[in-house]
Amino acid sequence: MKDEVTREERVDNLKGMGCSRKRVEDARFTQGKGNYVDDVKLDGMIFGDFVRSPYAHARIKSIDTAAALEVPGVLAVLTAADLEPLGLHWMPTLAGDKQMVLADGKVLFQGQEVAFVVAEDRYAAADGIEAVEVEYEELPVLVDPFEALKSDVVLREDLVAEDGSIPDGAHGPRKHANHIFTWEAGDKDPTEEVIANADIVAEEEMYYHRTHPCPLETCGCVASMDKVNGKLTLWGTFQAPHAIRTIVSLISGLEEHNIRVISPDIGGGFGNKVGAYPGYVCSVVASIVTGKPVKWIEDRMDNLMTTAFARDYWMKGKISATKEGKITGLHCHVTADHGGFDACADPTKFPAGFMNICTGSYDIPTAYLEVDGVYTNKAPGGVSYRCSFRVTEAVYFIERMIEVLAIKLDMDAAELRRINFIKKEQFPYTAALGWEYDSGDYHTAWDKALKAVDYEGLRAEQAQRVEDFKAGKTRKLMGIGLSFFTEIVGAGPVKNCDILGLGMFDSCEIRIHPTGSAIARLGTISQGQGHATTFAQILASEIGLPADSITIEEGDTDTAPYGLGTYGSRSTPVAGAATAMAGRKIRAKAQMIAAYLLEVHDNDVEFDVDRFVVKGAPEKFKTMKEIAFAAYNQAIPGIEPGLEAVSYYDPPNMTYPFGAYVCVMDIDVDTGVPEIRRFYALDDCGTRINPMIIEGQVHGGLTEALAVALGQEIAYDDMGNCKTGTLMDFFLPTAWEVPNYETDYTVTPSPHHPIGAKGVGESPHVGGVPCFSNAVQDAFRPFGNTHTNMPHDHWRIWKAANELGLHG
Amino acid sequence: MIPAAFEYYRPKDMDGVLSILEEHGDDARVMAGGHSLIPMMKLRMADVPHLIDLQDVGGMSDIELTADSIRIGALVTQADIIDHARLAAAAPILREAALQIADPQVRYMGTIGGNVANGDPGNDMPGLMQCLNASFTVVGADGERDIPAREFYEAAYMTAREDEEVLTTVTIPLPKGGYAYEKQKRKIGDYATAAAAVQIVKDGSNCVSASIAMTNLSDTPIYSEDASAALVGTAVDAAALDAAVAAMLEDIDPTEDNRGPIAFKNHVAGVILRRAITRAWSRA
Ligand SMILES: Cc1cc2nc3c(=O)[nH]c(=O)nc-3n(C[C@H](O)[C@H](O)[C@H](O)COP(=O)(O)OP(=O)(O)OC[C@H]3O[C@@H](n4cnc5c(N)ncnc54)[C@H](O)[C@@H]3O)c2cc1C
Repeated sequence: MKDEVTREERVDNLKGMGCSRKRVEDARFTQGKGNYVDDVKLDGMIFGDFVRSPYAHARIKSIDTAAALEVPGVLAVLTAADLEPLGLHWMPTLAGDKQMVLADGKVLFQGQEVAFVVAEDRYAAADGIEAVEVEYEELPVLVDPFEALKSDVVLREDLVAEDGSIPDGAHGPRKHANHIFTWEAGDKDPTEEVIANADIVAEEEMYYHRTHPCPLETCGCVASMDKVNGKLTLWGTFQAPHAIRTIVSLISGLEEHNIRVISPDIGGGFGNKVGAYPGYVCSVVASIVTGKPVKWIEDRMDNLMTTAFARDYWMKGKISATKEGKITGLHCHVTADHGGFDACADPTKFPAGFMNICTGSYDIPTAYLEVDGVYTNKAPGGVSYRCSFRVTEAVYFIERMIEVLAIKLDMDAAELRRINFIKKEQFPYTAALGWEYDSGDYHTAWDKALKAVDYEGLRAEQAQRVEDFKAGKTRKLMGIGLSFFTEIVGAGPVKNCDILGLGMFDSCEIRIHPTGSAIARLGTISQGQGHATTFAQILASEIGLPADSITIEEGDTDTAPYGLGTYGSRSTPVAGAATAMAGRKIRAKAQMIAAYLLEVHDNDVEFDVDRFVVKGAPEKFKTMKEIAFAAYNQAIPGIEPGLEAVSYYDPPNMTYPFGAYVCVMDIDVDTGVPEIRRFYALDDCGTRINPMIIEGQVHGGLTEALAVALGQEIAYDDMGNCKTGTLMDFFLPTAWEVPNYETDYTVTPSPHHPIGAKGVGESPHVGGVPCFSNAVQDAFRPFGNTHTNMPHDHWRIWKAANELGLHG
Repeated sequence: MIPAAFEYYRPKDMDGVLSILEEHGDDARVMAGGHSLIPMMKLRMADVPHLIDLQDVGGMSDIELTADSIRIGALVTQADIIDHARLAAAAPILREAALQIADPQVRYMGTIGGNVANGDPGNDMPGLMQCLNASFTVVGADGERDIPAREFYEAAYMTAREDEEVLTTVTIPLPKGGYAYEKQKRKIGDYATAAAAVQIVKDGSNCVSASIAMTNLSDTPIYSEDASAALVGTAVDAAALDAAVAAMLEDIDPTEDNRGPIAFKNHVAGVILRRAITRAWSRA
């Protein structure tokens, strides 16, 4: 039989790796046919919602639910007193702390959950909430972590012993009642010595403000306890459904096989949907109590004010260098504001996440990092908003310190980076704070980026602009923002990464159907990343069946293999690797079947795109489709029927994507309005699975970076009132505010990942924030600016100009 | 974000509206586009047990142009204003301002009547109407009366309209000369950090009349008579600009909010007014 189709066409037909395959999810999303948790509607379903505290710190003297129970449609009102007999009035957090499910005697932040009103519909629940009478006694409020560490006001009485002593916390000794932990990395004394004796030392203090991931879909769940068979089904906005199942089992006492957790379509997560919230616990309890399915869905204000925030790091740095600009040491201290409970979503052994990637992309021989976590009267959280654990903070820190050092050295910041980059031949490179970077080629990426934007030309133009400004010819300054980042993603190796003891491997299970199509299930869950598209592409290339014939399924713990979910750009590095490995098991069995069918030895056939061919005789082959059919329908001696595989992948290392970004910005000195003229983003995420999806991820991550850098914040007044609880004040950019992005790439595969891919979803955010910020700072550099804090909204930019005397 | 329970009415004529208003007093409120009122009800900042939808009441959706004035029905939407070619030619400042309000979705629903009746200092139309010296016709049980825009606003959400009156028409003397509506905001869909409405008439090389009003810089819109006067008789040179800005700053009284502190707002108000005057002058 003559093969009419060329090899190239066979490759194209697979739509495998490297193909800009259209997203298969979008057919339903663009038609409004997604199935989100609020679309789950069950017979007899009832609704729950919270009475929330108007105060940031108060004792609860009484809760009177009588009037609420009179409201038509209200079925029950749960308080901590009702949960206590079940041991559910508090719950463990991912960070080893515990958190009140419903206020137990006091409240620690505005918006805290005080009572759970269960009603026949949402309207009745809302009226019931108004009718619950809570008597509060206000307590002194601590919103400043530095004050909190000095104050006599104790936020967490539960963490102070009867004799007034401070017991150790989950991460070791605590220095004060409001102190959570001290976490260190690197060598303190040598670092301090290097800095003390250095030619040049630059110091800076910077505040990385509190913000919020603000996914379009807020958090919510539907809990349905079937009292007949004893099974609990929990639909929800979970970025880690299996972890939620295990946690629910541990805290409720229900056996894990009796719990089914389902993450349906999720409308964005960005870290906000990793943790467990009181709404989940209360919904489960309410369902057990009433025997009915219970739905709880946050509104926008609930989401912004009470579910996991991000950042809130006060960072103090010292960086030392030779006169020529070679960096010799880095010192970083962080005061981390964690709010009322420590509910950070980090691998358990890393209470400050991977903040110790803060030496960045540079060959810095000596470094030391110390982080102090502090309780304040703010909402708990501390999630990684579109970044791996605290990596955005780390990269912002080092990319600002580099700029500050450049000023001190009176040197070009691009050149300073160039002379300090880790060199290509130094990989795998072990950084001073412990991480082993897998691969990189920073100089190539940097040179490509600077050339693409005509960096020299931009600097000349900027110099001219400064002249014109001084001569009164313009009121606009020009800023050139640079950033070079290294991400650390793909948590992670079970030997050092776990969450509450759950190892951070991931998984893939594949079943090939007899007619040559397939289903693969993974332990991750897409929230918009396009897993159904890209994982099918990985498999297509690995097993030679078209991506269009492969269904990807995630999010149902009854069917998907165990995995730790999707966040920290871990899906491709970990589950993507599991997918490739499972695919290779399929291929190994297929090889034996092919050899049998072709009547040759196993070693005499080789894989070629979508088939096995007899070596040296390509006209003799069996396609994967034929092999699949034979696997089920032909008795093959010594081989079991069927074609299935499962792989659990424990990554040997993290992956380290990197990138080079340049932003050109004009700043109206009089109004503080910035205008982004150009944004160039070069990303190296290793092997590229779907270039179109990468580009989409880069656009999204940059837009969230723009938001954070230029205005997005969760701000509190002195009384602990949240000032940014609606989208009128919480900055969510629209198409109007977003510039045109130019994307570019280099490819440096990960040497330890089966397909060399590193992950990309979070890179643009990590690299974007310092790039936008550096552009603002750079515009003011000629007038004496070294650093000014984000967010760079109009008034803060105006303030920076004003303080530099630019308003005459 | 769920409003308290309310009764919904959709009368077919103004008599129906007025009788419900009379029956329920300040427990009743009319709704036009609902894009200010419904958010406030959802936040439970407005308690409206009886909600009267104006959409079926006829006769308030027209734009009429005569030789010396413009009459705009209260239910005319911001999108209608943007799309009306003859209106844009006769009073281009209306279109320039409407395009800076909210976003297209809001502008399809939001009405001119609701915008001027609302009394929110953030609304853009009130300042604009003061600049244009418009008047508002309201109807109540005792019949119709006209209230000048410059006398309409008393405090935030407090206007000269009685609770039982409905605003039916906005009448604007045909504007003359150059115009500009300049607005600084944080993002699309945001209310102003500072906004200025300016109309200037030029004769020869001098300004013969000017009208200036500012938005979101006090608890009401600010028509600044002194700022306007500072331009008249000048060639709108640097000194005149300085004088107009200084006079305007005397009249506004901004408060600190998430947009920034008072010093910033005063500064930006000055910058925005300067730009508005300069642009209006260039068009005069
Ligand atoms: C996201 C968003 C952004 C916005 N941005 C801006 C902006 O930048 N600038 C701006 O100016 N506005 C803005 N708005 C408000 C918008 O323009 C409103 O539509 C407008 O303020 C009110 O018009 P409405 O027809 O929706 O009035 P409604 O909401 O129906 O009514 C508002 C108030 O006026 C009263 N009212 C309405 N019509 C009459 C009448 N005929 N007689 C007597 N009383 C009446 C109502 O009782 C109510 O108290 C924004 C709104 C949103 C949702």
